[in-house]
Amino acid sequence: MADASYPEDLRYHDQHDWARIEGEQATFGITWYAQDNLGEVVFYDPPEVGAAVSKDASYAEVESVKAVSDVIAPLSGEIVEVNEALTDAPERINEDPYGDGWLVKVRLSAPEEAGALLGAAEYRKLLDS
Amino acid sequence: MRTLLYDQHVALGAKLTSFAGWEMPVQYEGVREEHMAVRTHAGMFDVSHMGEVEVEGPGALAFLQRVLSNDVAAIGLGGAQYSCLCAEDGGVLDDLFAYRLGGDRYLLVTNSANHASDLAWLGRWSRGFDVAVRDVADRYAMLAVQGPHARVIVVRTLAIELPARMRVTAVQIGNRPALACGTGYTGEDGVELLIDPEVAPAIWAELLDAGVVPCGLAARDTLRLEACFHLHGSDLSPERNPIEAGLGWCCKEATGFLGAEAVARARAEGTSERLAPFKIEGAGIPRQGNPVLAGDERVGAVTSGSFSPSLGIGIGMAYLRSDLAEPDVEVEIDVRGKRRAARIASKPLYASPTRKEN
Repeated sequence: MADASYPEDLRYHDQHDWARIEGEQATFGITWYAQDNLGEVVFYDPPEVGAAVSKDASYAEVESVKAVSDVIAPLSGEIVEVNEALTDAPERINEDPYGDGWLVKVRLSAPEEAGALLGAAEYRKLLDS
Repeated sequence: MRTLLYDQHVALGAKLTSFAGWEMPVQYEGVREEHMAVRTHAGMFDVSHMGEVEVEGPGALAFLQRVLSNDVAAIGLGGAQYSCLCAEDGGVLDDLFAYRLGGDRYLLVTNSANHASDLAWLGRWSRGFDVAVRDVADRYAMLAVQGPHARVIVVRTLAIELPARMRVTAVQIGNRPALACGTGYTGEDGVELLIDPEVAPAIWAELLDAGVVPCGLAARDTLRLEACFHLHGSDLSPERNPIEAGLGWCCKEATGFLGAEAVARARAEGTSERLAPFKIEGAGIPRQGNPVLAGDERVGAVTSGSFSPSLGIGIGMAYLRSDLAEPDVEVEIDVRGKRRAARIASKPLYASPTRKEN
């Protein structure tokens, strides 16, 4: 497992989820802190493409051997793609939480919601507090 | 509370959790690695939170025969036996191992969450017997060393002789009196060492240097679940009797133990529900509390559920309607709103290919 990192180009939700915003679309995933707390992920239950997601609401589940965790949407929108590769290799969420371990891509319905998310420095501060 | 090995756990980067008032390691490197280390090599668990009770005196056998469900008279010198501690109504107060250390001296190893209530129960029922019941939990640290290579490594590292399975031997570990027990909670061969707490850090370090993999409570739980060993508080409780829990084999009603009448009645009449192991067919990981469904009818609930590192699927145990608690019966588990197909299995869910009987 890689060392703790919180890339500067991402926006963070305080429930330990990240969004990489590219115009009207965004990629979601869970942070290094979230995967480290969960432990080795053994199961990812993705949402359906086309499903609506709402900021602050659960849209998927990730499970480690010992626990199940809801994944919270940092922004609202519609699922346009899910990371199918995680079905057979959910451990990628641990190995590369910001890369191969991405969870879904979403067409944003309210891009202005991003203003409420945290920057990397603010998120780090939250973890330290 | 902390065990004497707390600093060792922290130094190894363990994630800690509170368990029955103890700060215990949940995992070190990862549950799967630790689990597989026990299945293929050797792992060790600090289980010093478990309680020990010494029962000694001319009336020890008669007293234990009264409070324990199994036939205590069948334990020879240096023998070990699994038993339930039952209430008068047959409810399971605790499940424990009894070791016969001497002619009229026995050691009971209790679950930490039940240790205090067990002591009170034993004290209460010991009146009228010529016996002393002593809390000796502070006298021992407990290391479970488990896996196909566990015995070889322990013998070589600690230079002691080990007892056969289901036996106990008095040994010297760290130049202090200790007990080596041929028991475990993983479904693998191995030993449980009851040692002087003062030497625990040094012994832990020696075994670590010998290549034994430190394992946390999370791996202990997945290992015991694959082996279909009960966890008191989940699969066993004062609301369930040993018959519905599938523990009729360790109840010998002819001994007249407390609860024997209730157990005999449950055995003769059957119980409305029984505990059964199951495997999920396909995706999904069952968790404690998930409803068990037959069609649209709720027929039971999961008491233990997890991902099985050995099998790569979701597994569990559930109390369900007795007519459905038979191998190969197909049910569904409601896993957080999603129905997952499951099939009742026989015990164990995973059998070690390397484990030898004695």
